[in-house]
Amino acid sequence: MEKIKIALAGNPNVGKSTLFNQLTGMKQHVGNWPGKTVEKKEGSFKYKGNEFDVIDLPGNYSLTAYSVEEIVSRDYIVNENPDVIVNIVDAGNLERNLYLTVQMIELGANLVLALNMNKFADEKGFNIDTDKLSELLGIPVIKIEAVDKTGFNKLMKNVLEVSKSPNDVSGRIEYGHEISEHVEQLEEIINKNISTINAPSSWTALKLLEEDKEVVKKIEESQNGQKVLSEVKKIQKHLNDVFGDDVDTTVTDARYGFIAGLIQESVQKPKIDKVTRSDLIDRVVTNKYLGLPIFLFIMWLTFEITFTVGAPFQDLIDAGFSGLGGVISAYLGDGFLSSLLVDGVIGGVGGVAVFIPMIFLLFLMLSILEDSGYMARAAFVMDKVMHKLVGLHGKSFIPMILGFGCCVPGIMATRTLENEKDRFLTMLIVPFMSCSARLPVYALFVAAFFSAYQGWVLFSIYLLGIVVAILVASLFKKTLFKGMSSPFVMELPPYRRPTVKGALIHMWERGYLFIRKMGTVILAFSILIWILSSLPVGVEYASQGSITGHLGTVIAPVFAPLGFGDWQSSVALIFGFFAKEVVVSTFGSLYSVGDDGGALSAALQGTFTPLTAYGFMVFVLLYIPCLATFTAIRRETNSWKWPLFSAGFSLVIAWVAAFIIYHGGLLLGFG
Amino acid sequence: MITTLNELKTGQSGIIISYNGKGELRKHLMEMGFVRGSNIEVKRIAPLGDPMEVKIKGYSISLRKEEAVNIEIEVT
Repeated sequence: MEKIKIALAGNPNVGKSTLFNQLTGMKQHVGNWPGKTVEKKEGSFKYKGNEFDVIDLPGNYSLTAYSVEEIVSRDYIVNENPDVIVNIVDAGNLERNLYLTVQMIELGANLVLALNMNKFADEKGFNIDTDKLSELLGIPVIKIEAVDKTGFNKLMKNVLEVSKSPNDVSGRIEYGHEISEHVEQLEEIINKNISTINAPSSWTALKLLEEDKEVVKKIEESQNGQKVLSEVKKIQKHLNDVFGDDVDTTVTDARYGFIAGLIQESVQKPKIDKVTRSDLIDRVVTNKYLGLPIFLFIMWLTFEITFTVGAPFQDLIDAGFSGLGGVISAYLGDGFLSSLLVDGVIGGVGGVAVFIPMIFLLFLMLSILEDSGYMARAAFVMDKVMHKLVGLHGKSFIPMILGFGCCVPGIMATRTLENEKDRFLTMLIVPFMSCSARLPVYALFVAAFFSAYQGWVLFSIYLLGIVVAILVASLFKKTLFKGMSSPFVMELPPYRRPTVKGALIHMWERGYLFIRKMGTVILAFSILIWILSSLPVGVEYASQGSITGHLGTVIAPVFAPLGFGDWQSSVALIFGFFAKEVVVSTFGSLYSVGDDGGALSAALQGTFTPLTAYGFMVFVLLYIPCLATFTAIRRETNSWKWPLFSAGFSLVIAWVAAFIIYHGGLLLGFG
Repeated sequence: MITTLNELKTGQSGIIISYNGKGELRKHLMEMGFVRGSNIEVKRIAPLGDPMEVKIKGYSISLRKEEAVNIEIEVT
């Protein structure tokens, strides 16, 4: 029996993911749309002996070419031609939700309308006549509750029916006589001249009149394209004269006009809006005086839970890997294989595996914040700060705060940003937030050189990270991301109680990607560094005679102008790429003092002066995203370009900053 | 009285007369319901004075004042 291909579509925050999870359970797969950084969720399920493949389309308000998500969705509808599209609609917010519905009907999609969250609509006092709405639109309209599967049987029954005998919606949508007439006229011209477009020609006609960039481009590229476009110009001019506005605006007005008519006939609304629970919560949460303190408290709580609850598990994993290493060493003795497994695989992968509990907890917290609706309020409260300071969206604040704990979850939290450029820019500055893995390095140097001013020195390093992030962001805004507007337009959805199932699925699907990456990219890097540290054969692991040692010796002169041109520092920095705290243990083994902190301090005091020590700390703060962060950037941007770029420019910045500190210090007489 | 959206105080409401300017953001907002004749109410302004939250077509959305300048309102 042939599988039935369905897609879920709808506005953001209407319970689309909930419906998807309820339908597919854990039988789902999360990936990316080809060549895009937009998440693609696929799954399958059975209903009454029929097999369904289901795709969760990105949440969209419309199908113009405003965002990558919108283009992905409409390309899917045009090219993949799913049997049925289930359009999930917020019953309490019909008017705006139906705008997308109208656009999908224009595009020739075979729809079933699922009215979700009817309880909210009831609360608002709405009375929706689904039969009437169905009759007017020419598609089935079914009331459901995605959270508890109410109405699922009826929904699936209709999906099945519509997959066998598609809806007939011809002539349902009315834009008024004037527009309809000219759309038809253009439609004929397109039919005569263009044969290479999959989409319905009425849709193409409408989009051409609206000056949709993507569609105009496609027509330009096809034969006879110019002929069609010159007709478009004529019609546009005519409509412009008639309506006194651009066609774009006129068509949008017309769609909303049609929707207003639908609502008029099928929905009864109370005259005065009732005060909702969300309203009451918002009066406190976004209050002029309480808004910021509440935001800071919630951020602190997220941070606390992620790192405090995660810590014991982290220690457990750390102990587990150390134990495993011990067992392997004891069993295999000192040798090639033992070193590969212990120093290479366990050292590398184990160093990153300790982040797993933290990452899972963080994603749990983030899903709760997002699903409840608070994330939107946080962005609302913080937007002005972020906009003025770094020219970013209010939501960028969260990844940056998280970066202080660990940059990996910080990078992953950029997923909550809708705008791709916002996402990339935020990813580039998150690594400058001083993560907790850098703290052991500072602790070592501060204790050895700045015992009298520990707090101040530490504080200055953290502050420097923030300052650099702000400077870098404004630099990139003027160059790399020039012309980036990152407008702040965001829906503030009603507060909702997050479901346990939803939060757990979110946590798992995002955390799992990290685990899978550890098994591939991080393992490969770990083995590479191990090989470099063990060759040539017979050399002591990571000594000056090894390739890594040679590398350290070769690149040491690069650091000489910064005041730490010895080969040990260079090797420590190379290993710091693994994880920044490894700098400490590398110094330990290079100076042959092991875990003895006092002896290590003494050894460092022989090599560094307070000035070069400070420069070294700054260098460690800025110089490169660690392997795990690097991998996270690779995964989130879906390309090698960004992590490599991030590594490259942060190296330059670190070098310059350390240079300024060293030579500035010398000039001021701190030598 | 006719004014622009950014001038409205918390709790004030009006009807959209026109949305001036060009560009993608304008188009996007119009598709989200900022069309001529829509009712709009200022729900609140962020603690730091920007952005603002408005209610339109029965839902809440936030936008910066720099965009709200383009939206002409007949205050009701």
